[in-house]
Amino acid sequence: MIRSHVLICAGTGCTSSGSTAVRVALEKELVRKELDKEVKIVQTGCFGLCALGPIMIIYPEGTFYSRITPEDIPEIVEEHLLKGRLVSRLVYDDIGEDTVKEEGKPVSLNETGFYKKQKRIALKNCGVINPEIIDEYIAMDGYAALGKVLTEMTPADVINTMKESGLRGRGGGGFPTGTKWQFAANSISDKKYVVCNADEGDPGAFMDRSVLEGDPHAVLEAMAIAGYAIGADEGYIYVRAEYPIAIKRLQIAIDQAREYNLLGKDIFGTGFNFDIQIRLGAGAFVCGEETALLTSIEGNRGEPRPRPPFPAVKGLFGQPTIINNVETYANIPQIILKGAEWFSSMGTEKSKGTKVFALGGKITHTGLVEIPMGTKLREIIYEIGGGIPGGKKFKAAQTGGPSGGCIPASLVDTSVDYDSLIAIGSMMGSGGLIVLDEDDCMVDIAAFFLKFTVDESCGKCVPCRIGTRRMLEILERITSGKGEEGDIERLEELAQHIRATALCGLGQTAPNPVLSTIRYFRDEYEAHIKEKRCPAGHCKALARYTIKADACKGCSLCAKKCPVNAISGELKKPYVIDQNKCIKCGICMESCKFAAIEKK
Amino acid sequence: MNTVNMTIDGIKVTVPADYTILEAAREARINIPTLCYLKDVNQIGACRLCLVEIKGARALQASCVSPVGEGMEIKTNTEKLRLARKQNLELILSNHNRECTSCIRSANCELQTLCNELGVKEYSYEGSKTESNVDDLSASIVRDNSKCILCRRCVATCNEIQNIGAIGVSMRGFKTTVGCIYNKSLADSPCINCGQCILACPVGALHEKDSIKDVWAALNDPTKHVVVQPAPAVRATLGEEFGLPMGTSVTGKLVASLKRLGFDKVFDTDFAADLTIMEEGTELIGRLTKGGVLPMITSCSPGWIKFCETFYPDFIPNLSSCKSPHEMLGALIKSYYAEKSEIDPANIYTVSIMPCTAKKYESQREELGDDGMQDVDAVLTVRELAKMIKSAGIDFVRLPDENFDNLLGESTGAGVIFGATGGVMEAALRTVYEVVTGKTLENVDFNVVRGIEGVKEAEVDLNGTKVRVAVAHGTGNASKLLDMIKNGEKSYEFIEVMGCPGGCVTGGGTPIISANVHAYINPKIERAKALYGEDMGKTKRKSHDNTEVKKLYEDYLGDIGGHKAHHLLHTHYVKRNKY
Repeated sequence: MIRSHVLICAGTGCTSSGSTAVRVALEKELVRKELDKEVKIVQTGCFGLCALGPIMIIYPEGTFYSRITPEDIPEIVEEHLLKGRLVSRLVYDDIGEDTVKEEGKPVSLNETGFYKKQKRIALKNCGVINPEIIDEYIAMDGYAALGKVLTEMTPADVINTMKESGLRGRGGGGFPTGTKWQFAANSISDKKYVVCNADEGDPGAFMDRSVLEGDPHAVLEAMAIAGYAIGADEGYIYVRAEYPIAIKRLQIAIDQAREYNLLGKDIFGTGFNFDIQIRLGAGAFVCGEETALLTSIEGNRGEPRPRPPFPAVKGLFGQPTIINNVETYANIPQIILKGAEWFSSMGTEKSKGTKVFALGGKITHTGLVEIPMGTKLREIIYEIGGGIPGGKKFKAAQTGGPSGGCIPASLVDTSVDYDSLIAIGSMMGSGGLIVLDEDDCMVDIAAFFLKFTVDESCGKCVPCRIGTRRMLEILERITSGKGEEGDIERLEELAQHIRATALCGLGQTAPNPVLSTIRYFRDEYEAHIKEKRCPAGHCKALARYTIKADACKGCSLCAKKCPVNAISGELKKPYVIDQNKCIKCGICMESCKFAAIEKK
Repeated sequence: MNTVNMTIDGIKVTVPADYTILEAAREARINIPTLCYLKDVNQIGACRLCLVEIKGARALQASCVSPVGEGMEIKTNTEKLRLARKQNLELILSNHNRECTSCIRSANCELQTLCNELGVKEYSYEGSKTESNVDDLSASIVRDNSKCILCRRCVATCNEIQNIGAIGVSMRGFKTTVGCIYNKSLADSPCINCGQCILACPVGALHEKDSIKDVWAALNDPTKHVVVQPAPAVRATLGEEFGLPMGTSVTGKLVASLKRLGFDKVFDTDFAADLTIMEEGTELIGRLTKGGVLPMITSCSPGWIKFCETFYPDFIPNLSSCKSPHEMLGALIKSYYAEKSEIDPANIYTVSIMPCTAKKYESQREELGDDGMQDVDAVLTVRELAKMIKSAGIDFVRLPDENFDNLLGESTGAGVIFGATGGVMEAALRTVYEVVTGKTLENVDFNVVRGIEGVKEAEVDLNGTKVRVAVAHGTGNASKLLDMIKNGEKSYEFIEVMGCPGGCVTGGGTPIISANVHAYINPKIERAKALYGEDMGKTKRKSHDNTEVKKLYEDYLGDIGGHKAHHLLHTHYVKRNKY
């Protein structure tokens, strides 16, 4: 008789912070205390609060323990599982600043600041079920949507439901999913394909990984539904090879679904056939672009090809193909079960449902969140994300990865939806959200994202291959103090050119991080160029170390530590730094015992 | 045929529905600048020069890959487009080795031409350059990636047209390069040295391995007796290098220019072509009558030979054992001619003028020589010969016609047509027919094996024996043919394969034609006309009527296919690994 369930996150985040060791320690301790027949350990996907991992939830109480180490396990077993007492030092109960905690009352997960504004649809089962056991998925209404579609709906009904739901692609483009399916359904061919884009590559983004790790069957089920809707019998999941846990769980899920005949021939006895294969990406960002992805599945160098023809007309192996992102698929079974109206009741007029974001950068709760479309950026950063650590000032949020842009602090009340973000020069993208504070230099941030594109450009078309490189050279010139009058205009000219003439979406959007930072932080660019100054104090080449004469005791320590002998002076008198020799390493500042050295 | 109606720059056009916008614009007599586009070879939209504005489309579109549509409104010549094209051109220039004056393609460079046409007057985007190297280890082809603009025309040619795949695209972004796998040299790749990549290259990133210096050195060496022979296709193509129209036959001027360059003797590879027919025809009859390996496949094309050795080694026994014609002639110059003229063969230096880069590689094959002497000492391409003529100050166009030297200089029409696809087959059929049937062939034109269809087939009745023949040109087409034979779908007795599409007239050593000319003129057809015209004008059109060939057998070789002929005129092949 099982009386307690212990859910331990086995997603990549918590695995990295040591959840496997925690699980092993728990297993041993349960055996030692002869509790292994009464307490069941469930390895789940991501809970979202990766910053506080490894994470554990104990049911039926719903107690949320964070940052657990194997050393904590004996106490948790002894106190919580045997004696029924909370180990309060490990309990996570941060309910946010604006809510008053009631003394003595345990805080449920949904009341915490991190979770209370979230709405979990795509992540519904993540952190709840064991993704390696199909029965747990089925127990959460899994494959009921596929059953409903195959037995009660025509393909046209399915497509209409998708259209009415207002679901738009979650991979970045935001194209209406139902319309895409309609195009593929309209294409006449004996052979069609359904493809899942799981080549998540934006720096800092891990939404799709978490869905695949935590709820792989939702994706399989949705792909089968898509297959039925457009008349395809074969699917491919293109997942990056850097996601070993996701790949393993996907393969387990596919095998189990085949065993249950939820994939394969004559599914539910309806005569519908559908099967899925996995293809691994070899680490090229560009393969997340849909035509490059298809080219890669075909066995060729992953490079975009011109559209039209669109994949819905001529896609994989020249056949009509729909390609959707992992998160898009993860919404679909619930849309089928609960109806288009339920889904479209959430969100804004043109952006329905929810969106998963990976919070990163200068934010307290780095991790994964799912919020209704239209949530204000402010709510995400300050309420869900817990604000900026260290009392620093919020400067900007970067969304949309290398194709996106920066939202300045002045626009923190922007509604997060497809169109509002586009309007302010950023984009939803696949869901990376990187928070920047006052110490971040916006020119450097632009260079960081552009460098990513320069390295990851497929090299096929001229504007992306050479143009982005030239832009990066200008940016690096600026951050190294060699910026020239006219550099901003040169950047803008190249950016507009690349946007207008690059072959694929990735190339066309590559200049966005530069354009959006120029738009909102032009003064920072100008300070670098004209005053040779980095306002954030970030750009090393522009830093200037000086000794405050009134604070310097003339101890000579800094002069001894300086690796290039740039500091000189007489003992017991103020020392000086020769700016021509200084390499801005900062060792003098670290070594000074009197805080007499300042960096400007 | 489905058609669509559209307007381009206000001009109404009706074009086939499967056209691209670029093709439609050309119908409307509008030239959109292109660089990576090469008709029938490469359509990838990479260079972004052929951009057009399509009403209602978000970004500018590459016309070479954009399909036409009913009611489309296209603009090809707006300020925005002119600027965008120029900017892309300037970006290309910023990562291009601009040593134009010393570049082999100076004045025949598509990039240079575009810069002139689009008004590039400054280098706006100077910056770092992609790391590159020069690969000159191949016997035939040199690749200089500092000049490569990554149009990928060479890659498409090697992969799609020739079905070899020796080169491809490696690395990403700004580091992207074209080359062999694992940065190997072409010399260590399955490259067959056909040089079709050179013809595809719009700039100077690819050229033949230079032999001009060696030939000048031999000509300047008083101890050397330098003997030259030009291949059939040389006379059909050399004129283009001097501004003569494509398809002009310049045989007499070719001979005159070679004599003025200082060659001691000017013999004709066409003679050796006739000789090849005697040997190869006899070999075929032998295989047909004595149960030899069939189909027999011709062996004149060294690119094809290496392709067969590397990719289809099962067919090595099918290859005729005949050396290629210029190698036969090289061997005879150093034996028969040396003996007749009493010159020590060690002092003879043989030069072949070839429409071919693979012949450079072939001439270095160990088995193509005797007593430590190679049959052929140097191979010049048509382009290299033109450079020599120009640097020697010879006024080629106004030269009088002169004749080849006797002994190894006579040829029939059958030898001349060796330079076009189907030509070897036709020449062989003219002789084999008369030998087998004993009858005179009244109409010597086998039109069925002429033309530029990829694979041509025919059936010839030889006294009741049906001989099924096939002709393939370009190794891509050869693959298709051999695969059909392997699968049992097709069966033949005799096959001609030429490694280059179109045969030798469009070989890798012939004059380079820009993509813009390719769009309207097919050199495979135009150049072949020169050879068929010369064939028509000859009184003797069958190889076995060549009196110098007959004399060669009577005075020196003895029997056709006999011992001495075998020693000098035949060779063998080896299976090769790709890597």
